Amino acid sequence: MRSNWWKVLGVLLLVYGFGFGLMGEVPRRNILNESIRNVYFHVPMWFAVTVFLLTSAIFSIRYLRSNNLQDDTKAVEFTNAALVFGMLGCATGSLWARVTWGDWWPNDPKLNGVTISMLMYFAYLVLRSSFDDSQRKARISAVYNIFAFAIFVPLIYILPRLTDTLHPGNGGNPAFGQYDMDNQVRRVFYPIIIGWILLGVWIVSLRLRIREIEDQLQEN
Amino acid sequence: MSSSILKLVLTVFFVVVSLNLFAQQTVVEQVPMADQMRADGKIWIVVVVIAVVFSGIIAFLINTDRKLTRLEKQLKK
Repeated sequence: MRSNWWKVLGVLLLVYGFGFGLMGEVPRRNILNESIRNVYFHVPMWFAVTVFLLTSAIFSIRYLRSNNLQDDTKAVEFTNAALVFGMLGCATGSLWARVTWGDWWPNDPKLNGVTISMLMYFAYLVLRSSFDDSQRKARISAVYNIFAFAIFVPLIYILPRLTDTLHPGNGGNPAFGQYDMDNQVRRVFYPIIIGWILLGVWIVSLRLRIREIEDQLQEN
Repeated sequence: MSSSILKLVLTVFFVVVSLNLFAQQTVVEQVPMADQMRADGKIWIVVVVIAVVFSGIIAFLINTDRKLTRLEKQLKK
């Protein structure tokens, strides 16, 4: 991870997203008012979570095939980043829900799915801490990680669409896709998602490098 | 004779019903937004605050990145 161009790109995309996200034109909708701008800050958290969990699952699969502990380390660090972004996504979503849905945490399928997913991945960390031998730790947590991701995707993306939910874009809600997201919003929305993901990858890369240095110091 | 009255009645009825359309325009324009804050220029303080917080976080990340590069170079020797 010696190249820095993608870090600069991530920061630039975020500056662009923050600037136009706060000052740009947005659709005028009752109930939402200015809070529709949260689409640039809350929704990308969950895009990032999905990307990081997918990456983590891929590294888990790689570990099972290679037995290289480096792959396992990457799986853990991407899960850590996903959990941080997930908690930020829950916090920002809860704040947004309070002013638009009237409740800090309504009984909603997507929120229930998110809760279960976060608990699953926290359990992944607990599972890892119960092992001393690094190879066994890596193998068992890799298998768990793959199952956890296989459950995460339907919980968040499929089940909410099959039933009634408050979340836009699910359960037949005419959501931020069709009526409320115009091209002006999309012009900021997609770049800022990439910006947040790049920022998360930067943080993961820093943590991985710290681990490398710690491992090298232990050997000496 | 009755059909021409019917036509008149229906015409008046449809004209009256179509007046409802005028209500839609005013509702859309009257969605409360932060236009006053933007007009006052007060929105800029929000932008500056967020810019400060964001710059702080990025500065911390750049700092950590540089520290790590230095450590890695040391270890390589």
